[in-house]
Amino acid sequence: MNRGSVIVVTERCKGCGFCVEFCPTHVLKLSSAFNAKGYHPPHLVDAEKCSGCNLCGMYCPDFAIFGYREPQLRPAAQTQSQTGKEA
Amino acid sequence: MATTAEPMKSQREMQHADPRAVLTGTHFMNGDAAACEGALSAGARFAAGYPITPSTEVVERFAMRAPQVGGLFIQMEDELAASITLQGMVWAGEKAFTATSGPGYSLMMEHIGYAAMTETPCVFFNVQRGGPSTGLPTLPAQGDMMQARYGTHGDICPIALVPNSPQECFWLAVRAFNLAEQFRVPVMVMMDECVGHMTEKVIIPKAEEIAIYPRRHPTKEPGKFLAYGEYGEDLVPEMACAGEGYKIYVTGMTHDRRGYPLGNADAQRALITRHFEKLRRAEDELTQIDEDHMEDADVAVVSYGITSRVAERAIQLARAKGIKVGRMRLQGVWPFPEKRFRAAAPKLKAFVVPELNMGQIVLEVERCAGGHCQTISLPHPGGTVHRPLDILAAIEKGAKA
Amino acid sequence: MNALTEATIHNPVEDLLRMDRIPSIWCPGCGIGTTVNSFAHALMRNHTDMKKLILVSGIGCSGRVGGYIGTDHFHTTHGRAIPFATGMSLANPELNVVVYSGDGDLVSIGGNHLIHAARRNVNLLVICVNNMIYAMTGGQAAATTPPAAISSTTPYGAFEQDINIPQLVDAAGAVYVARWTAFHVKQLETAISEALKKRGFRFIEVVTPCPTLFQRRNNMGDGLAAMKNYKERSKTRNGAPTNEVAIQPGGEIIVGKFVDRERLDYLTLMRNRLGTNYHEWVDAPPQTGSEAEEGCGEC
Repeated sequence: MNRGSVIVVTERCKGCGFCVEFCPTHVLKLSSAFNAKGYHPPHLVDAEKCSGCNLCGMYCPDFAIFGYREPQLRPAAQTQSQTGKEA
Repeated sequence: MATTAEPMKSQREMQHADPRAVLTGTHFMNGDAAACEGALSAGARFAAGYPITPSTEVVERFAMRAPQVGGLFIQMEDELAASITLQGMVWAGEKAFTATSGPGYSLMMEHIGYAAMTETPCVFFNVQRGGPSTGLPTLPAQGDMMQARYGTHGDICPIALVPNSPQECFWLAVRAFNLAEQFRVPVMVMMDECVGHMTEKVIIPKAEEIAIYPRRHPTKEPGKFLAYGEYGEDLVPEMACAGEGYKIYVTGMTHDRRGYPLGNADAQRALITRHFEKLRRAEDELTQIDEDHMEDADVAVVSYGITSRVAERAIQLARAKGIKVGRMRLQGVWPFPEKRFRAAAPKLKAFVVPELNMGQIVLEVERCAGGHCQTISLPHPGGTVHRPLDILAAIEKGAKA
Repeated sequence: MNALTEATIHNPVEDLLRMDRIPSIWCPGCGIGTTVNSFAHALMRNHTDMKKLILVSGIGCSGRVGGYIGTDHFHTTHGRAIPFATGMSLANPELNVVVYSGDGDLVSIGGNHLIHAARRNVNLLVICVNNMIYAMTGGQAAATTPPAAISSTTPYGAFEQDINIPQLVDAAGAVYVARWTAFHVKQLETAISEALKKRGFRFIEVVTPCPTLFQRRNNMGDGLAAMKNYKERSKTRNGAPTNEVAIQPGGEIIVGKFVDRERLDYLTLMRNRLGTNYHEWVDAPPQTGSEAEEGCGEC
């Protein structure tokens, strides 16, 4: 089971590709779908490998993606998500 | 739009000066020093400036006095900095000012525009000297009068006051800060080297006798307050300052009532016309002319600053000759008191306008005279004052029409 | 994507932003927004009091950062954010004043003010986003534009020596000087968090992509290409002498914390010097029943 996941605010994305490139486990790809402005937002392609580290969120210049840890799976992960510390 | 400002609002909200800052007593001091004391009495404890003759004494004195009232003077690296440092002080919640002369005043123009656009209440003292450029650093002129109104780019509506004595430097400094807070505009105190450097008696009364207009703080809570949107008929918005929790957005760009940049013609019209209208509605209150013998005058001598003291001698000489001459000494030059001049012109044969410049305020006088009477300009590029006999000759010429 | 979601999972950065103004004006692949994440995370890490945090900026793309942060924001004139911030910080020392602006604004037109604020050790944090160009106005060369770069005012290639910002600021007397790039999201967060806790004049340069103007005109790819390029070229040298950290065109970008020293800040120096000549001021209680007549004395 994946330890984390992402929320993508598709309409805010400008398709820069930072999140895809700098995800440490390479779980994101730009989708073939368009948002209203014509950009390709990212989506999770390898959900099981998402750790919820939120590096994607840190890189996103448009606050269009946010990674989070699944709280119910591991107590350690829950502690980490509360302190906001990520990999 | 309604046609009158709330009439008594300014008086209702007045406070009095803080006695800790007021140098009550009878003094023998020059105009620069008196201006400094006026600022202190008005509640200004912070200033930023840069040395430039003949204004430097204003801030030199303030550097010594401000720490006595927990304030400070910072000498910045140039006037570009000084003119905006003072605005940072204002937005921190304090009253603040600078003092300068021609070359420094020119450097300050961009930030005078910023103060107008952001409606930052602040005061600029300009102790005018011979210009243009480096000019005559130690000698008087009045060559920056149009610049006070039109020096910055774009359309602004500043207030300009012109004292003609050290005593008046004190009172008009106090008035400058009051008007700045009341209307949220930059206010210019247009002195000149003579008025700034002459030493005369200056009486500073008790603090209770000095009326002060305080900062117009918000009356609404954060979340319900628009940074540029809380105003009544006087069109002057309430002002939240930094750190008060209002999340204000203050920008020199054209903006909406939230303060957010809004770059279109409608926003421009709404904003700039309100800037103009807020002063237009107070035209009567802002008309400040020291008049004498105007009821039956044939000739009116229009002057300001040091020139008015020379003009006074010429007026005496003219009256002694039986000429019906009146005095219109402008203490408030901007906004120009158009209504008064349009009313006066049809009853006169001539306005005589001596100025220590090549003819600046005379352009306003002539415009308002509307051809109803002559307008006789007495230009003088500065360096010294007019001769009373020259002004007398112009009065006589005007009376002959 | 997880079904649990948008209702329950929330990006805490949004609480620090003016969400009513998002999306931003910045181009796709612009790195300025990335730096804002580091800034926001530093604020969260420090539990910064947002009421006392003040964002002051000048003109330019980076000067727009303050408008997206949920604090009091002063968007001032080109080059003059630092003197405005100086006035604010001195008049109310309880305010936490941050200047967040661009290289052209802070180092070219604003260069003189930068030097003197550092010299005075005014209590300010300055975050200088360096995209090596005047972006907002269409891509003119700046003091940071590398030699040979094409810009709209150097159509044949720039030939001026570009400036070593950390060296300038260090020489002027800043107490904290660091450089990171937009790639270094976590290191930048740590630097900002550290710098926010210090007093005095603190300066962080952040090298950031400008894809639309700098990158495109120089055939250097897009914003992502720039970020990868920074990753490759960056070399962390904490404590490096600042005269050695000039960015080599196409070569190393030295990053790290270069200066972290203690020096009395402006107001402390002032109080020490003035001694008993400085009198503490407490505002008088508000006056009630204000019926003072408009007194204009002899006017």
